[in-house]
Amino acid sequence: MRRLELPDASEAPARQGLRLWLSRLEGPQTMGRGPGFWVAAALAVAAAAAYPAFANDYVVGNAAYFLVWTFMAMGLGVVWGYGGALSFGQTAFFGLAGYTYGVITINIGSAFGATWLALLLSVALGGIFALLIGYFMFYGRIKGVFIGIVTLSVTLVLETFMAQTAGPQWRIGEARLNGFNGMSGMPPLTVPWFGGDVLLYAGTTLYYVLLGMVVLVYMGLRMLLNAPFGNVLVAIRENPERAEMLGYDIRLYQMLAFGLGGALAGTSGVLYTAWGQYITPSSMGLTSAALPIVWVAVGGRRDITATLLGCLLVIAGFQSLTIYGSQYALIVMGVLLVFTVLVTPNGLIYTAMDRVGRLFGEARR
Amino acid sequence: MNPILEVSKLNKSFGGVTVARDIDFVLDAGAMHCLIGPNGAGKSSFFRLLLGEHAPDSGAIRFSGDDITALRSFERIRKGISVKFQVPGIFKALSVRQNLEVAFQHHLHGASLGGTIRRVLEFTNLTGEAATHAGVLSHGQQQWLEIGMAVGVEPKLLLLDEPTAGMSPDETRKTGEMLHELNARGITILAVEHDMAFVQQIADSVTVLHMGAIFAKGSIDEITEHPGVQEIYLGAADE
Ligand SMILES: Nc1ncnc2c1ncn2[C@@H]1O[C@H](COP(=O)(O)OP(=O)(O)O)[C@@H](O)[C@H]1O
Ligand SMILES: [Mg+2]
Repeated sequence: MRRLELPDASEAPARQGLRLWLSRLEGPQTMGRGPGFWVAAALAVAAAAAYPAFANDYVVGNAAYFLVWTFMAMGLGVVWGYGGALSFGQTAFFGLAGYTYGVITINIGSAFGATWLALLLSVALGGIFALLIGYFMFYGRIKGVFIGIVTLSVTLVLETFMAQTAGPQWRIGEARLNGFNGMSGMPPLTVPWFGGDVLLYAGTTLYYVLLGMVVLVYMGLRMLLNAPFGNVLVAIRENPERAEMLGYDIRLYQMLAFGLGGALAGTSGVLYTAWGQYITPSSMGLTSAALPIVWVAVGGRRDITATLLGCLLVIAGFQSLTIYGSQYALIVMGVLLVFTVLVTPNGLIYTAMDRVGRLFGEARR
Repeated sequence: MNPILEVSKLNKSFGGVTVARDIDFVLDAGAMHCLIGPNGAGKSSFFRLLLGEHAPDSGAIRFSGDDITALRSFERIRKGISVKFQVPGIFKALSVRQNLEVAFQHHLHGASLGGTIRRVLEFTNLTGEAATHAGVLSHGQQQWLEIGMAVGVEPKLLLLDEPTAGMSPDETRKTGEMLHELNARGITILAVEHDMAFVQQIADSVTVLHMGAIFAKGSIDEITEHPGVQEIYLGAADE
């Protein structure tokens, strides 16, 4: 008689702890596996690390600006690409966390690593706010396009609210919210160091810090997405009723994914604010809210690597087009989005990676 | 015998359509029971009521002695129910292995998860298909995959809605054997089925549902010879 349950004694011992998590760097939820992929990834990081040696500080600071946005993009990738909930309002968490960073640091200054504490608190607040919005949406059984409408409304309400805070009464401690003109004067991220703090203004040092953060978050997300959590998230995207009938509280999973997406958007918000010592309500406006969707859709929402690369590529392209006028650049973004949706609905980078993977027969599943 | 499932005075209508009419139904632990009835009788709806996908208008459902009427679907499942739906409810974009992982990882971890998956793959003849996207499997293989997803967790109660639809006679027989095996290990089985030969193979007793109400109950011989049952089947065929 065949038995379906108890494991054989011959079963290989399960991997545990760190080794289990490291094994999840590769898995069915993420493209890229085997030595070929990891060598390519290491080369890409090495090239990114070598880049400042060939460019001046201003240009490197600009490249750091590209990296700032990748966290929000990867977060949207998790929420939308993996979880199936198209959020149109990631900028709400971006803006909330960015403003919070400003308020905290303007009040407590930047000594003793306080800016990093401010970063953590602001990111946590972005995440908690997203959990709250997620709670009302998913436990309220809001689905499909209505998620986009609710989230867009949230970010637009926040924008409108912040835009009317011009008066001197709108202050939190020392920090003036400053309405439409936005908040400025907060310190950049600051590393306490022997013989004086290191201020991470847009430039090479900040670039390296951000590069390290991108690599860490990217690897962390790969592990999470290949863990049971990621499995269930994708199953919910594919067939929510069935996932529930396997015993999963799908609302909880969707809410947690949304919270993670909010925290990552908040990370971008803090880094953006610290990068330029500046944030305005328009960072939560309609145009800003639409852009992450363009990056993620064009790169590919269903794979975290495609999302990351797509985001960098599209932002770099957008930046170089802005030289000819930002309206013009936005129109090109729109055309790019339509082109992607029609020609490569899974995303340009995703499709390209898929082709290359098939060629080498190892990058996929 | 102690009952595993007790349904009392269950009612449900959708607008003018009554899918459950004062259903009283008791299933003993360890039983193998079949639910039959013409198309549209309300068999699938009865399962959806048991699983909490539909909320009843009135009535109560008890499972293992607990009132589960107000519980959400996932909470009922966690109490030890698993289900194979009429329409294969698999994750088509995921691989066969991932489908099984999602089905089992709630209860099993590490080596026992891997071992169970390997055995279910073997059992369902899908070992060679482990890496294939479930959506490209044949209809029969999809049925097997879903049966595998439902049985691998060793539930207390297994609900099967037309498990052998689209299967060859050989596969049908194999399914029957598998159900006996599961039942021998203490799993209570409630199946909706049309194929009377299969019903004969697996069930001790049968309940007939007609227009949302329980029409008859008894052994297979009693039911097949019941003149009223023949009539409702013929009547349904006439429509
Ligand atoms: N969600 C629903 N809304 C309205 N009518 C429904 C719904 N679900 C089932 N029905 C109707 O209830 C009746 C019973 O359906 P069903 O339970 O699927 O029957 P069976 O599985 O016995 O063939 C059918 O007439 C069907 O059209
Ligand atoms: Mg049915």
